[in-house]
Amino acid sequence: MRRVVVTGLGMLTPLGCGVDATWARILAGDSGGKKIDTFDVSDLPSQVACYIPRGDGTGGTFNPDQWMEPKDQRKVDDFIVYAMCAAKQALDDADWHPKSDEDQFATGTMIGSGIGGLTGIAETAVLLKERGPRRVSPFFIPGRLINLASGYVSIEHGLKGPNHAVVTACSTGAHAVGDAARLIALGDAEVMVAGGAESPISRIGIAGFCAARALSTGFNETPEKASRPYDKDRDGFVMGEGAGVLVLEEYEHAKRRGAKIYAEVTGYGLSGDAFHITSPPPDGNGGFRSMSMALKRAGLVASDLDYINAHGTSTQVGDEIELGAVERLLGNAASKVSMSSTKSATGHLLGAAGAIEAIFAILAIRDNVVPPTINLDNPSVQTAIDLVPHTSRKRDVNVALSNSFGFGGTNASVIVQRVTN
Amino acid sequence: MSEIGERVKKIVVEHLGVEPEKVVDSASFIDDLGADSLDTVELVMAFEEEFGCEIPDDAAETILTVGDATKFLEKNAKS
Repeated sequence: MRRVVVTGLGMLTPLGCGVDATWARILAGDSGGKKIDTFDVSDLPSQVACYIPRGDGTGGTFNPDQWMEPKDQRKVDDFIVYAMCAAKQALDDADWHPKSDEDQFATGTMIGSGIGGLTGIAETAVLLKERGPRRVSPFFIPGRLINLASGYVSIEHGLKGPNHAVVTACSTGAHAVGDAARLIALGDAEVMVAGGAESPISRIGIAGFCAARALSTGFNETPEKASRPYDKDRDGFVMGEGAGVLVLEEYEHAKRRGAKIYAEVTGYGLSGDAFHITSPPPDGNGGFRSMSMALKRAGLVASDLDYINAHGTSTQVGDEIELGAVERLLGNAASKVSMSSTKSATGHLLGAAGAIEAIFAILAIRDNVVPPTINLDNPSVQTAIDLVPHTSRKRDVNVALSNSFGFGGTNASVIVQRVTN
Repeated sequence: MSEIGERVKKIVVEHLGVEPEKVVDSASFIDDLGADSLDTVELVMAFEEEFGCEIPDDAAETILTVGDATKFLEKNAKS
């Protein structure tokens, strides 16, 4: 199979617009947690979320007008605007702007979302009921469909290769990276623009996840403390928003054009729990099998791992099940591996989480540093694994694995490695 | 330009994201102002909203330019 490397990165997260802005704050141990102030939460048990910092576009703030025409923003839900932002960053970073037929046909798009245009669907449903079908916009459908993130990005940048979108809840971003890498490895594309985008912070989104008992409810007055994976006081995840996009490229193609190469995507594993719609099985065998498959695909063994970016959402049940699966995977190597949950800082970006976390794993390799699990004051279980509490730490990172597990019992693990010739 | 014409122009500028000086009576939504077929459907909806009237599909099909819209609405506007 052909080798696949990462040549461009783009992100928009609750810690900032841009890879550098986000990474600096991740390493500093900052939290993106805020009190929800964009809609009424007085009757909702969870009142915190990790918002993208909006502003004029300076200082790591997000100014949507820099990334999509205002007239087009009106037609779509925010997840598409976020995808446009992260995709442009990634393509600029890769310095890949295909103009010839050959280059355009060889460049594909695979940007997914867990839920897509939830806000627009909710608002239009109310409009339909109150004012009838004649008030429904012609842009209602194309502005909410999940694959329209890929659609808009492909049109903007002239990407005429595979045009695809993943929808696997919170595994979306990881599956997009893994599946897009496969398309390149199999020769269906030379370059793929892959990732995830999500805009779930709305009244209906919070209400829905609250009803599923998934969100933190005990930190409404201290939002920056609410996301606390592995801590004994954790009580649910904190909703985040944003997008992560990677430019994946066939290794020889990247070398030929002298592209900057961040890392190689060497491993990818997928599995299903076939257990429960929202809970993993107590033995975590689905996650264990996806990690094992990723190692096998990469031709590695568990002791080769340096860093794991955990799924670690800060839910009571899920964190310990994942930890148990990782301990089983690592065996005696547990004490040499660092594993952190960057969701402690960003919140849970659902379909974008796997993409931004793959990027964090890549940056850990680039900078030989592991980002922290903030708010980890008192671990709920003892483990030999270094969970990187509170502060980032310099250490050698050559091989990193990122886990993502989603509702429906869908698991994905992606392995990225420092490139060696 | 009539008061209705000014309101039409404002809607067109807002929805199509075009320079106000391009929005003249003879400007075609599709050929001159960059609209696609979905944009024209949405424009008609915006006119209905602003002017409190219904624009039936057969009438909407004859509204191709800024001037067409103004002329139709000068006859049919309710608000």
